[in-house]
Amino acid sequence: MITKRIIPCLDVKDGRVVKGVNFAGLSDVSDPVALGRYYSESGADELVFYDITASSEGRRLFTDVLRRVASQIFIPLTVGGGINGLDDFERVLASGADKVSVNSGAIQNPALIGEAARRYGDQCVVLSVDAKRVGGRYHVFARGGREDTGMDALTWIRRGTDMGAGEIVLNSIDTDGVRRGFDLEMLAAVCDVTDVPVIASGGAGCIDDFVTLFETLPRVDAGLAASIFHFGEVRIPDLKAALARRGIPMRIL
Amino acid sequence: MIAIIDYGVGNLFSLRSSLAMIGAQALVTGEADALRRADRLILPGVGAFGDARAKLAQAGLDGVILEQAERGKPLLGICLGMQMLFDRSLEYGEHAGLALIPGEVVPMAPKLAQGLKVPHIGWNALHVVRPDHPLMRYTRAGECVYFVHSFCAVGCEESLVATCEYGMDVTAAVARGNVMGCQFHPEKSGEAGLRILRAFCAL
Repeated sequence: MITKRIIPCLDVKDGRVVKGVNFAGLSDVSDPVALGRYYSESGADELVFYDITASSEGRRLFTDVLRRVASQIFIPLTVGGGINGLDDFERVLASGADKVSVNSGAIQNPALIGEAARRYGDQCVVLSVDAKRVGGRYHVFARGGREDTGMDALTWIRRGTDMGAGEIVLNSIDTDGVRRGFDLEMLAAVCDVTDVPVIASGGAGCIDDFVTLFETLPRVDAGLAASIFHFGEVRIPDLKAALARRGIPMRIL
Repeated sequence: MIAIIDYGVGNLFSLRSSLAMIGAQALVTGEADALRRADRLILPGVGAFGDARAKLAQAGLDGVILEQAERGKPLLGICLGMQMLFDRSLEYGEHAGLALIPGEVVPMAPKLAQGLKVPHIGWNALHVVRPDHPLMRYTRAGECVYFVHSFCAVGCEESLVATCEYGMDVTAAVARGNVMGCQFHPEKSGEAGLRILRAFCAL
């Protein structure tokens, strides 16, 4: 049986991982290669590198870093941040990314999803959606969750999947940072409108939150988190062992 | 020297890097003579069967692959590269494969139970049906590898080396003499994948 995936997300700015702290035995916790290797050896099933730089110099440093990571770490790598056109797809894929995650760039230009899917395959295009409850509906937010687009998230996800997105990352702004569990209600609604893999993001605070996620919503394929892994509050081998004990299919190294 | 066959399909960055990581000399090439000079060939591939098969033919490389396979040179097809080793594929029409291994490639969706998604994407455990096969010599029982595909090989029971379970037994690795294939991506399967590449390099 296919295993549920555990995915750490690393924010990269000017070629360095930000927020990476608290790792015993890592001499440089902001080095994406060292951190990527640490996670890969811990049993992470995939890595997401999110480019939060705005400058072109930062972009160049990001691509260099990606190249170094992809030369040494052999698990699937997803890249997001600043993906606005096919040339951005080309830039990161040529540097070793396997999948590319689009968010605001696809909101501005939805055709990008279909164009990228046709050129690189559906499996390559990940639609990342930041959503929040507004007046009894789920709204899509753009620009890192700062701007309400007014679009209905479920409609947007259905449309993105129809255009060729091969996976959905759902980040609930309502639960993000709260650390009291994933947004099960919103995730269930998303699973109802799409057949492609759904990756849950936002809200994980402890191991039990992942157990609850996969036990309550067997249709969710993966759990993504950042700070709880970076701060060492949840260690991936412990997390995967706990999930496996509950009968959730896991890849154990 | 391993030749990674370049016919304009797919991203070869990870494959090249993973071979470098295990200390294998590899060259990405679309030159027929370079394929003849290499001691081993890897046929990669992602995307649609018909398109990739046409590009391989346009590049004039199918003849040299067949010729080298017949001469006994180890050949490893990966993902769509494995699928092209079979007789034919029913992916959006019917397309002839290289016919190096008996079998055909069919869509997974109609064969799957409800609730199983296509593509079959993620890590799945290998069930090695031929543990004595050299390609599996460093593979441990139940080890997971990374899959991304919507079509699968059937009718290849005699060549089966490993399967994985996804509501049915999915062809994961095949071999017929010097011609081998894996549906999963060894270059994306962590240490387990590197060990399979190492086994191929040690043949």
